[in-house]
Amino acid sequence: MESENSYWAENLRLILICLVIWFVVSFGFGLLLVEPLNEIRLGGYKLGFWFAQQGSIYVFVGLIFWYTAQMNKLDKKYKVEEE
Amino acid sequence: MDELKLYTYIAVFGSFALYFAIAWWARAGSTSDFYVAGGGVTPIQNGMAIGADWMSAASFISMAGLIAFLGYGGSVFLMGWTGGYVLLAMLLAPYMRKHGKFTVPEFISDRYYSKTARIVAVICLIIASLTYIIGQMKGVGVAFSRFLEVDYGLGLGIGMMVVWVYAVLGGMKGITYTQIAQYCVLIFAYTIPAIFISLQLTGNPIPQLGLGSTLADGSGVYLLDKLDMVVTDLGFKEYTTDNMGGTLNMFAYTMSLMIGTAGLPHVIMRFFTVPSVKAARSSAGYALVFIALLYTVAPAVGAMARLNLMNTIEPSAGQHMVYEERPQWFKDWEQTGLLKFEDKNGDGKVQYVADAKTNEMVKVDRDIMVLANPAIANLPNWVIALVAAGGLAAALSTAAGLLLAISSSVSHDLMKGVLTPDLSEKNELLAGRIVMTISILVSGYLGLNPPGFAAGTVALAFGLAASSIFPALMMGIFSKKMSGKAAVAGMCSGIGITMLYVFQHKGIMFIPGTSFLGGLEENWFFGISPNAFGAVGALVNFGVAFAVCKLTGEAPAHIQQLVENFRIPKGAGEAHAH
Repeated sequence: MESENSYWAENLRLILICLVIWFVVSFGFGLLLVEPLNEIRLGGYKLGFWFAQQGSIYVFVGLIFWYTAQMNKLDKKYKVEEE
Repeated sequence: MDELKLYTYIAVFGSFALYFAIAWWARAGSTSDFYVAGGGVTPIQNGMAIGADWMSAASFISMAGLIAFLGYGGSVFLMGWTGGYVLLAMLLAPYMRKHGKFTVPEFISDRYYSKTARIVAVICLIIASLTYIIGQMKGVGVAFSRFLEVDYGLGLGIGMMVVWVYAVLGGMKGITYTQIAQYCVLIFAYTIPAIFISLQLTGNPIPQLGLGSTLADGSGVYLLDKLDMVVTDLGFKEYTTDNMGGTLNMFAYTMSLMIGTAGLPHVIMRFFTVPSVKAARSSAGYALVFIALLYTVAPAVGAMARLNLMNTIEPSAGQHMVYEERPQWFKDWEQTGLLKFEDKNGDGKVQYVADAKTNEMVKVDRDIMVLANPAIANLPNWVIALVAAGGLAAALSTAAGLLLAISSSVSHDLMKGVLTPDLSEKNELLAGRIVMTISILVSGYLGLNPPGFAAGTVALAFGLAASSIFPALMMGIFSKKMSGKAAVAGMCSGIGITMLYVFQHKGIMFIPGTSFLGGLEENWFFGISPNAFGAVGALVNFGVAFAVCKLTGEAPAHIQQLVENFRIPKGAGEAHAH
């Protein structure tokens, strides 16, 4: 019971980290901060525009795989993985 | 028969033959096969199937066109329809897979120990899925009538028959394997023309890089800078900064699409088909990889199509296309009524500007951007033929997923779960097939006679999923104490306020003239458009549910134990009925 509680707490911490990044790259860089970021160029892209139409999607993909890998480790650490 | 038509017939009917062969090979023998493909789908296979399930006629045909004309504002669709997968992977899919049931309403009914909750979930699911199917059926009819010059109704009939064969025969198992084939067809059909066009315009074969490159005409100007210049010269808003009704509206819109995506039952259901919790997490990742392949190409297709269109009509500033010398694709699309020219100043030349008074391109339908793109760029006929097969694959795969969501909620949740609990497995399977046949007929009828409110229905589908299903599932997993009463109250108030907002601005059931506040932007709550209101509905849902839970007491101990249990992966078997 004790270990299940700390498993869940660690999971929640991971989710929180991921969701902060998720929010920052899309709503942050792509929407709220788009104007200042657009002053910076990435080749032909304005940076804010790039985050809104390309960058955020790449980060989303990376986030899911990172979370999956971390959870697999966590499952092992607490011995709650499937048989 | 000309060459293009011959190629198109080969591409379309060749792909149909493939789907039939797969359906025959993957026939369903049990309810487990029928609802969750026997629970033996690998994460990569499931990722592809989710990709095809998710990417509809709207993603394939309409999205790039929307982006072409909305510019930066179109980002809401790109971020909204992909960001939802992050939420699915972390907040819903693994726990729902662990619980191991067949349908979304079944999960809600177990977690909230309430038949009322189950019925509310079934109603939301059926409304959201049916409205979504109408769009797919229209897509099928349109693709047939434009590319093969078959009558719209006949095309729709052929499409219905194809879905019937593999969805009714194969259930989730048949649908899964045909969706994998359909994903391959549609991604191929989408990216090949994009690669050609990117090469032509920028010399870079990768569209995602081409969009950020300089033009290949030797001018050294970046493609996006050129596009900004061309559209602002004609009085349109700057492509890379046009923000569609302001930041707050874009914010709410993106959020609504994200949580709506995570709450759509036909997508969640696909996570029940994998063998483990681990596989549920990673298949969300693979799904997003396969979806991102199309979604990162779409903004390039949109921008490049817009630039090509502008350049055709006005090759250089002040030099306009002579109407009599218009290219063949222009004539073809004029015939469909989706492109209309009116020579207002009588000079025989085409002026395309933002000002409605002098603009002579009186209609440029957004949907033609993807469909006409290969022709505008003078691509070979076999590429154009591919686009037809791809559009059909996108529409059929999504329709099949939605049909399964509807039929399982009726045969498994309503009949087996509530009305006739002693239904045998064999009869449940039969009931599932009959319900699916009826749903195909109903959606075919609605596709043939689209109700007046069809255009507004996508907003409703996402609004319902975002304001009712997503919050109920999330609270069920992350708040042990959340009670059944509170969840039902939350769902009903979330849907209630979203429907009220959509209807008061767009008309009751979208009937014009019944909108009591009018569609006027001044009346929008903080400038949030009705399509973007699902996020507000979700907030109301959370708020009401927590308040009611505080007042009426928490969930009983055995339910809290159930939640503890599905929070850890250990002990997950394959999805089962009881």
